[in-house]
Amino acid sequence: MTMIFGVPLAVFMGQLMLGLINGAFYALLSLGLAVIFGLLKIVNFAHGAQYMLGAFAALLALEYLGINYWVALLLVPLVVGGLGMVIERYLLRRIAHLDHLYGLLLTFGLALIAEGSLVNLFGVSGSSYPTPAALQGGINLGFMFLPTYRAWVLVAALVVCLGTWFIIERTRLGAYLRAGTENSALMQAFGVNVPLLVTLTYGFGVALAAFAGVLAAPLYPVSPTMGSSLLIVVFAVVVIGGMGSILGAIITGLSMGLIEGLTKVYYPEAANTVIFLVMILVLMLRPAGLFGKET
Amino acid sequence: MATTQTLTPAMERQRNARLRRGLLYLVLIAIGLAAPFVAYPVFLMKVLCFALFACAFNLLLGYAGLLSFGHAAFLATGGYVTGYLLASYPGLTPELGILAGTLAAVVLGTLFGALAIRRQGIYFAMVTLALAQLVFFVFVQSPFTGGEDGLHGVPRGELFGLISLRSNLAMYYFVFAVFLIGFAIIQRTVHSPYGQVLKAIRENEPRAVSLGYNVDAYKLLAFVLSAGLAGLAGSTKTVVFQLASLTDAHWHMSGEVILMTLLGGVGTLFGPLVGAGLVVSLQTQLAQSPLGNWVSVILGLIFVLCVLSFRSGIVGEIAKSVRKNFK
Repeated sequence: MTMIFGVPLAVFMGQLMLGLINGAFYALLSLGLAVIFGLLKIVNFAHGAQYMLGAFAALLALEYLGINYWVALLLVPLVVGGLGMVIERYLLRRIAHLDHLYGLLLTFGLALIAEGSLVNLFGVSGSSYPTPAALQGGINLGFMFLPTYRAWVLVAALVVCLGTWFIIERTRLGAYLRAGTENSALMQAFGVNVPLLVTLTYGFGVALAAFAGVLAAPLYPVSPTMGSSLLIVVFAVVVIGGMGSILGAIITGLSMGLIEGLTKVYYPEAANTVIFLVMILVLMLRPAGLFGKET
Repeated sequence: MATTQTLTPAMERQRNARLRRGLLYLVLIAIGLAAPFVAYPVFLMKVLCFALFACAFNLLLGYAGLLSFGHAAFLATGGYVTGYLLASYPGLTPELGILAGTLAAVVLGTLFGALAIRRQGIYFAMVTLALAQLVFFVFVQSPFTGGEDGLHGVPRGELFGLISLRSNLAMYYFVFAVFLIGFAIIQRTVHSPYGQVLKAIRENEPRAVSLGYNVDAYKLLAFVLSAGLAGLAGSTKTVVFQLASLTDAHWHMSGEVILMTLLGGVGTLFGPLVGAGLVVSLQTQLAQSPLGNWVSVILGLIFVLCVLSFRSGIVGEIAKSVRKNFK
């Protein structure tokens, strides 16, 4: 059997694949955070809870309404994103004129409410979501076995990430968004409906989180606390990459996932902490983040 | 020699304010001394430990304008180090154990602070949160913390090797003294020239830089002070409850201390005390009621309400209305 630094190739590639999948989720979530931060200037602490809500909504929709995976993949982000828009319109907008730390605290409170309520209703232990029939099984690549669903997650996440990049960097709506990020008061003076743009942006960011949640449902146990621990890692990823660049968020997310996967192969004790250690290194060497602008 | 200096009205007002403040402190100390005869001492000690924790946090948020989302790490570090030392070295007196725990938190605070002040605002919050999570994982995996079980049966021991702390009353007065020392340090810091510069940095950092202040050094010192006092709170708490657990290191705890400070009043000296009292009482009351499982939901609701419509906190609102009506 082929070995890489004393580890069988299949194991090595398997862990790398797992890392890449995790990285895809980091990328999706940090992308959503970056989009929201760009225009609203707040860090959405409820992002993890919204990701969790996405997974839960998919699970409940399947159990009680018989809505299958594919419909959920489309419907759940719309519903959760809509909820996000309501939150923006009626809560976040009231404090938009204040120090942006209040936005962080408000969304933190919302996350506590969402997580606590679901813990009470469904318990902390997770339930599993069945892998959709079309994506069961796997492909034998010769050097490793690749489960179809994991391949799908990777493709779907990449497509959505690049689609988001395309919308923001190459379309008229994206141009508005970027202009609003630079100077929203001036945008408003030009007659663009900035409040609506803000609501839509927050909704879009939340929808991205919910989409990631639905993607994650068949992979990880669906539990109320699945989002919060992930979110802290995503925060570290955001600090590493900086929130200034969309592509930067995607690249940082994926590469952090890979680093985590590699650590799991060679020094599993540090797998939980390696991303935080990378963050410390980046803070020491390049405080603005890998893709961040100096402030 | 009698002073013949005449007082200007402004000086007189200042002197009166100082007298009033001194009187207020005396009344509060008297209340603190009498409290264990009215309320359950263990509950009071819990309030005092969390109040010191919140006051330490408030020093950073309220006076330096830095929102740390990782203060649980200092509480837990103080607690674990004290707990481990007291449990493994039976000869060690509690005050030395607490001192060691506080020092450990100071060291950790220096490291955290040096890293975190390299980023501002929202990034500062995220960096501290991530660093605290790193500490959490270290505590989960380290052999000396007892992992998921935590440390149990930490002896209270004899203060200075003389006074047994086994009775709750003796323990209470010790905790009260620790709290007073911590509070005095914070009070002194806030009202010192150093504290004034800190407030200037909070209000307008670029201007403070242009005035020639070494802003990073000021911020770092505030961070270290705050971390050390949080560690003192954690160490004392471990001696009181004779245990140290992962709950103290969890990010929920970092959130709770923010809530205590926000509810009581950010940037007021007594706000965190009031906030800690309220949150701890609420938790204690809810734990015995059918709503026991909903604590985090209720805390979340209070968070949202505070941010939306009660941003000055209880003490802050009172101070505002006093200023409006009695001037």
